[in-house]
Amino acid sequence: MLPQTRTARLALVAGFVALALLPLVLPPFYLMLGSTAFVAATFALSLQLLVGGTGLVSLGHAAFFGIAAYSVYLISPGDTPLSVFVTLPVAMIAAGLSALVIGAFALRTRTFFFLMVTLAFGQMVYFVFHDTGLGGGADGVFAPRPILGIEGFSLPMGRRERGLTLYYVNLAVMAATFLVLAGVLASLFGRVLVGIRVNEHRMRMLGYDVYAYKLAAFTLAGALAGLAGHMFVVQEGFVNPELVGWHRSAEALLIIILGGLGTLVGPILGAIALTALGEASQQLTERQLLVEGLVILAVVLVLPRGLAGLFSRRARSAVAVEVATAEDTPTAQTGPLGAAAPVRTEAAP
Amino acid sequence: MSAPAAPSPALSARGLTRRFGGLVAVRDVDLDLTVGELHAVIGPNGAGKSTLINLLSGDLAPTAGEIRIGGTDVAGWPAFRIARRGVGRSYQRTNILGELTVLENVRLAAQRGRTTVGGLLAPAGRRRDIVAAAEAALATVGLASRAARTAGLLSHGEQRQLEIAMTLATEPTILLLDEPLAGMGPEEAEATGRLIAGLATRHAVLLVEHDMDVVFAIAKRVTVMVNGAVIATGLPDAVRADPQVRIAYLGEDA
Amino acid sequence: MDAATLLTQVLNGLQYGLLLFLVASGLTLVFGIMGVINLAHGSLTMVGAYLAYAIGAATGSLWLALPLAVAAGAVFGAVLERVLIRRFYDRAHLDQVLLTFALILLFEEGRSLLVGNDFHSVPIPPVLDWSVPISSIFSYSAYRLFVLAVCVVIAALLFLVIHRTRFGGMIRASAEKPEMVEALGIPVSRVQMAVFALGTALAMLAGALSAPLTSVYPNMGDGVLIVSFVVVVIGGIGSIAGAFWGALLIGLVDTLGKALVPDLAGIAVYVLMAAVLLWRPTGLFARAA
Repeated sequence: MLPQTRTARLALVAGFVALALLPLVLPPFYLMLGSTAFVAATFALSLQLLVGGTGLVSLGHAAFFGIAAYSVYLISPGDTPLSVFVTLPVAMIAAGLSALVIGAFALRTRTFFFLMVTLAFGQMVYFVFHDTGLGGGADGVFAPRPILGIEGFSLPMGRRERGLTLYYVNLAVMAATFLVLAGVLASLFGRVLVGIRVNEHRMRMLGYDVYAYKLAAFTLAGALAGLAGHMFVVQEGFVNPELVGWHRSAEALLIIILGGLGTLVGPILGAIALTALGEASQQLTERQLLVEGLVILAVVLVLPRGLAGLFSRRARSAVAVEVATAEDTPTAQTGPLGAAAPVRTEAAP
Repeated sequence: MSAPAAPSPALSARGLTRRFGGLVAVRDVDLDLTVGELHAVIGPNGAGKSTLINLLSGDLAPTAGEIRIGGTDVAGWPAFRIARRGVGRSYQRTNILGELTVLENVRLAAQRGRTTVGGLLAPAGRRRDIVAAAEAALATVGLASRAARTAGLLSHGEQRQLEIAMTLATEPTILLLDEPLAGMGPEEAEATGRLIAGLATRHAVLLVEHDMDVVFAIAKRVTVMVNGAVIATGLPDAVRADPQVRIAYLGEDA
Repeated sequence: MDAATLLTQVLNGLQYGLLLFLVASGLTLVFGIMGVINLAHGSLTMVGAYLAYAIGAATGSLWLALPLAVAAGAVFGAVLERVLIRRFYDRAHLDQVLLTFALILLFEEGRSLLVGNDFHSVPIPPVLDWSVPISSIFSYSAYRLFVLAVCVVIAALLFLVIHRTRFGGMIRASAEKPEMVEALGIPVSRVQMAVFALGTALAMLAGALSAPLTSVYPNMGDGVLIVSFVVVVIGGIGSIAGAFWGALLIGLVDTLGKALVPDLAGIAVYVLMAAVLLWRPTGLFARAA
């Protein structure tokens, strides 16, 4: 999941530095667009822990994004903004706890059952916000933007400064999420998640409580999705049921596969690419979804390893390994050096 | 009993039965596994040997019967909890983490019993003790030189050895080996047979194997299954002489 | 709630459940036989509903729309399977998800280009635009009874085809014993195409039948898709009987729930799903693993 060579690590650092320097040349409109891409990247990174890390394809991840966003609105009294030091922990805990509860049910299922169940639970959350008066119903509601700091000592969020502030704050949030996930995946815990993705049954037979590990990953991914949802409210200042809708979950999957399935850099590349593409197609054709649909078709038909796969030979050879294991290892039929191995399984008469 | 003052068995199954619809795959099997006594189970294809191992390891829940490990009946427990009771197993069809390196396969096996929930966020590379245990298990099966390779790219025989290394790295007291020699060349098979005989001095080993030469060379106790039921059990020489066994294996020069 | 209202709601629930069955049966067969998760299955009902609207607007009659939805669905499904879906049988679920998500976007954009983004009501055919008096104080929409009857006939035909014909035997063998299929000499590729075409035709028919009841509107397929998923989860993948009883259960719970507790009814079916997951995670009608 992480860059393995020195060159790749340097390229990664250079990429982050370039993003940090970009505001020097970007007009203000593009600052906001960049900030939107970073929030999308943070959300996709949180999902990557499940998809690329643990092998769990969830279609309900937007539920945790939305729950965090709504919780900011729900705890803010009237139109009074609260400090981010209050809203952020509340939003992440709300999202994490929801993920714990939903995951406890959904993780009783596997593969496409899991996909359908996460989608359905996501839709349940959607209906909670859509059908009840909890958060403005179907139309949504304005939510006071949390103060980035404490009263009287906070980052500037006036109309003119907002773009630059949000650009750097969301870039920092994305970088922090990247580092947290990199740390998690390199930890003893993360290694078990990777083992579960590769061969869940074997991990169980080694004595791992696979369900508990998956639930922990699902909860952590939910809390980090909540971080992204919280930053959405900071940027946009409103909540509506679309935040929870499953199209957002599907779009995050698209970002992951667009960027490259097996990497942590992938979701960042994918989010920037998709945001740029969406903006360009909106300005050129006003048919953003049509372009998006065609791009997905192109990606799944001709670019199954994503953008990262274009640059990386490693990714391609990793495909070869995956195929080899998926077909129960071609070597299984032959001995060392390709010599035919004696077939002993049928030895008894 | 093979020993005059028999030590209490590490695992003992009583009346173990498994039905699949109308088919009885394992019928009323009694079985004891003792540390130091290599117990081989033989029988024709479809006799229920693999199902028996699957029942003992928790891959399948028994329809009836009990499995006692250290006095506790673990029948019907989830497989991972049975594994934690000290049961390790290998599979007839190679079952490894093909995308990961050989060392990582064994390191994950070694990691399970050596961590606490609180310590799980430590970087994996910093736990030298786990890596060392994994390297030791690789050395035991003779795969030390392959540690950095991708497991899925090993030869078939090497993958079988890796299976045993993974099982050993969990430090089980009870080893269930399902045809560990299947598909190995003669030299690999002989070496692995010696390895298993050595393991049996420190573990309670159940060996399901078709290679009769190896079985009768290393087993201390042999059980013969036919159609899901045990038809004979005892010392290898006694079993070999048993007329019922000779009928079941009619035509084989065992 | 008095007896007449209750009876109305029960009939509404059955009628909704049977329409759901038409959609969910295709979904569960495509899962069970090809292992493909088709997110665009709900959008196919949208296509059927808009077809009914367009034909109704052009000819003033729904009667042409129903057979046409079935025929167009079968052809469209067969083409879709041949051209796109077929390439994804051996791909990861994630790729299938993205492919069929792309199809949703393309179907919706196609709908937007051709018909626009407005709501449209579809008139009930005059012949059925009346109420059947069932007792002195209670009557029920003739069109809803017609929908009920059509669905019952189709469900019965589907059971007959699957349990009494050679084609049905192939479908069952493919769903239940995929490893045996090659050995039995089943033309796998043609069965797959036929199943996808059948599922598409049923989904589009369900859309056309429901158009006068629900009107037609953008993204109307989303809700159908997700509720159909719930049906499949409750019934068990690949099981037609499971889809049938699951769909009726969901239809009744959703309809009665909305009548009893309007605020929370949207959630009732998901609570039911959670309960089934606790009790039998593989579905109520799944074969024992």
